[in-house]
Amino acid sequence: MSLVEISSAALYLAFVAYLLGTIFFGGAVKSASKEKSAYNKRWGFYGITITVIGFIANLVYFITRWIAAGHAPVSNLFEFTAAFGMMIVGAFILIYSMYRIAALGLFALPVAVIIIGYASMFPTDVSPLIPALQSHWLTIHVITAALGEAILAISAVAGLIWLLKNIDMTKKSKQRFWIEAVMYVLVVTIGFIVSTTVFSLTYEPVQYSYVNAEGNESVIEYKKPALFGMNESQAITEGAMEPLVNVPALVNGNKLTTVVWSVIFGTILYGLMRLVFRRRLAEVVQPFTKRTNSQLLDEIGYRSILIGFPIFSLGALIFAMIWAHEAWGRFWGWDPKEVWALITFLFYAVYLHLRLTKGWQGEKSAWLALIGFIIIMFNLIVVNLIIAGLHSYA
Amino acid sequence: MKTLECKCGHINPEGTQLCESCGRPLTEEARNKPLADMRYEGSARRSQTYNKTIIDKVWNFFSSVKVGMWIIVAILVAAAIGTILPQVFYVPANNATEAAAYYERVYGTFGKIYNDLGLSNLYSSWWFQGLIGLLGISLIIASLDRVIPLYKSLKKQKVRRHLSFLQRQRLFTKAEGVQEDVLTDAEKKLKELKYTVRRENGALLAEKGRFSRWGPYVNHLGLIIFLGGVMFRAIPGWYVDETMWLREGETLAVPGAPGYYLENNSFEFDVYDPTDSNEVFSDAIERVGTIASNYQTNLTLYRGENEEITGDPGELTEITEGPTIVNKPFKFESYNIYQMDFRLDELRSMTFQLQDKETEEAFGEQFTIDLVNPESDYDLGDGYRVELVNYYADFTGFEDGEPQSKSPIPNNPAFLIRMFTPDNPQPETSFVLIRETIEPFGENEYKIAFQSAETRDISGLTVRKDLTLPILMVGGIIFMIGVVQGSYWNHRRIWLQQTEDGVVYVAGHTNKNWNSVKKDLHIVTKDTQIPRPVDQQDPEADMDFDEGDEKS
Repeated sequence: MSLVEISSAALYLAFVAYLLGTIFFGGAVKSASKEKSAYNKRWGFYGITITVIGFIANLVYFITRWIAAGHAPVSNLFEFTAAFGMMIVGAFILIYSMYRIAALGLFALPVAVIIIGYASMFPTDVSPLIPALQSHWLTIHVITAALGEAILAISAVAGLIWLLKNIDMTKKSKQRFWIEAVMYVLVVTIGFIVSTTVFSLTYEPVQYSYVNAEGNESVIEYKKPALFGMNESQAITEGAMEPLVNVPALVNGNKLTTVVWSVIFGTILYGLMRLVFRRRLAEVVQPFTKRTNSQLLDEIGYRSILIGFPIFSLGALIFAMIWAHEAWGRFWGWDPKEVWALITFLFYAVYLHLRLTKGWQGEKSAWLALIGFIIIMFNLIVVNLIIAGLHSYA
Repeated sequence: MKTLECKCGHINPEGTQLCESCGRPLTEEARNKPLADMRYEGSARRSQTYNKTIIDKVWNFFSSVKVGMWIIVAILVAAAIGTILPQVFYVPANNATEAAAYYERVYGTFGKIYNDLGLSNLYSSWWFQGLIGLLGISLIIASLDRVIPLYKSLKKQKVRRHLSFLQRQRLFTKAEGVQEDVLTDAEKKLKELKYTVRRENGALLAEKGRFSRWGPYVNHLGLIIFLGGVMFRAIPGWYVDETMWLREGETLAVPGAPGYYLENNSFEFDVYDPTDSNEVFSDAIERVGTIASNYQTNLTLYRGENEEITGDPGELTEITEGPTIVNKPFKFESYNIYQMDFRLDELRSMTFQLQDKETEEAFGEQFTIDLVNPESDYDLGDGYRVELVNYYADFTGFEDGEPQSKSPIPNNPAFLIRMFTPDNPQPETSFVLIRETIEPFGENEYKIAFQSAETRDISGLTVRKDLTLPILMVGGIIFMIGVVQGSYWNHRRIWLQQTEDGVVYVAGHTNKNWNSVKKDLHIVTKDTQIPRPVDQQDPEADMDFDEGDEKS
């Protein structure tokens, strides 16, 4: 077995362990009666043990891939996202060691699983570093920034649990709508993973020629049935389906196709779940949150931000500026990724100030924590894939 | 200055909410609250006390966290809008007109509106910079408004507090008829928990991590230094940001660094070799095609005798040589030269042969035209001669019969040539283009045939100097110290008071991480007659949860 194979196997093992861990944490928060608390503790213990084993396997993935490639495995979208997923689990273990809240595991692990699954949809080859990335600041900047974001993400998990627990699911409200929207988006992400996997197994990629925004002819490969063609696209591969509609040059038809397929698969999946449970998903998971103290959840959310914010500032702004100075001669260049890191920083700064001086705790804090995570994911997904900039390496 | 005397005899500044010494509520508002408002210790903040003069009003405006937050939100939203389309410095345009055309062509009407509104250069707009300036002012005033009274208040706090102060704490409990010496026992436990304990007959104050209260002000100071440092760029000579295109073999004055000259010895562009690289990379290289491994310009630095930018540099003295590589700039004095861009294979010279048009028989020697400094006459020997009448480096076509060149860069060289041959008394004229010849004055007997070309690469270099960096570094370090200090520590206080008749009051406060101070209080009250303190703010406090309080 080569190092790269060991590495892939370890990541797979970690993935499975996180899924198992989720189930055990589910068992740890399930029973509502007090007599069963010893039973809950035992399940919680199994849950955290499996999680730690998975995390160790995840570290094995990270270290072996690092050795094989000769550089830290954070150099493309797959590697970065997978590392981010791993660090979310690490951050969860850290916060769990402080507060022992099993419900946190029940929600943090699936988020990590989805993120690692999402990562695996991008090319996973070990690639050599392009000149712009050949710097030890790649290791320092990216790992610190990802770690900060992962700890911040735990606050969103705590916020999600707080909201699931406290929102009244029996009455129609804005809160009930939006928390269900969050659940729907999570399912759409799974829809992306499912659709990508299904088409990679069943669909032969086809090529189209198209005219880009600059007016030049170019070629693109579709790995999914083309719902949206690129600007003036023409099939090159014989027998390829004609896109339902061609989009203007400003929009990338291929990416739009991926998004729409994810939404289709996600919506079908969501519909099936609604049919099976006959309830809103938020309502389905709500019972798992009931045995957790709201104020403690609020404190966990706040604490994760307090721990994550300095690390994020150091990694995503200060180290980033030092590297940008070394590589590009300016510490700040208003590149979209930089701007969104600044937006993340400012957003959490607002969170902290509102909390300290305006007493925004509980529900308001929980929503803010969720929005913060959305901003982080926006910077990871949308800025990399849609807004072109110096950081679009994937 | 007006003062406010507390019942305990302490003289407080006007505007104080809670007596600095004993903690009694001093205003009607403070008295009516079930829990004491412990932010800034109920101290007298200037912004909450005075509102008469213009200065008061300006001060109050900027000291408001609400205003500060609106400024941040405005910056945040503006910054996000600036990322919708690439900013003007990332688009291929040399001036405003080209940029406007680019936005309209590539992004349509939306692009035109975006550019017309100035959103394509948002970050250097007066209003965006103005918002950052407002944020800086807000940082200074809001910090000063709070840190000074907070410092005084924490310094003056007494061990013995008024009982109403203890009762108004979030964590509170009391027990009657406790005979034992609770305070001595608590002191021992709290010291083990690394609290600083002070006692004053019948009263105890345990405190831990007070320095974390200064964290926010320290990090704000760091941010102020950082923003101030950026402003120093405006000082002449502190900041240089120039670009230069340097061709292989060329020596040019370094823009922004008077007296210095750089020569491009060679440009190197390497890709990963699929057979030679680490074999784990083979899949990736195969999938992508080629992956660049290095961009590098080998430079020699000279100093001219003359520091004037214009005119003759005088004799050049070599100072040093070395490469500039991506991520490893070439450094001299306070300047850095960055490898930013390149163009491969620009035409340098072209070699031609005079030939018979029909038979392609060659006459005379080959001749080479330097495309940068072309000579006008070329003697080919044996009476054959060529004259370069006119040279169009970047030929674009004819306008009114006149050949046009768009730039002096030899992207598409064209030559108007006269051919002198022994057998023709009158020279023949030929207009030579790449792969094409035009005969403007009738049929020719001879032609100019292209033989070979020499090319060279061009390096795009950036010249930077930024003397503000040390200031920014100091600001950044102070910011990090402050943010860590305020985030990773917390200020916990525990008060115990025992009256003569055996009533014990216990109260606890922290600025964050309430769970931790609850645990500490639990340790203090464990094995005593005092009940566990209740969190007066937690509606679920009396409910039972079997999680969260069992950290071993």
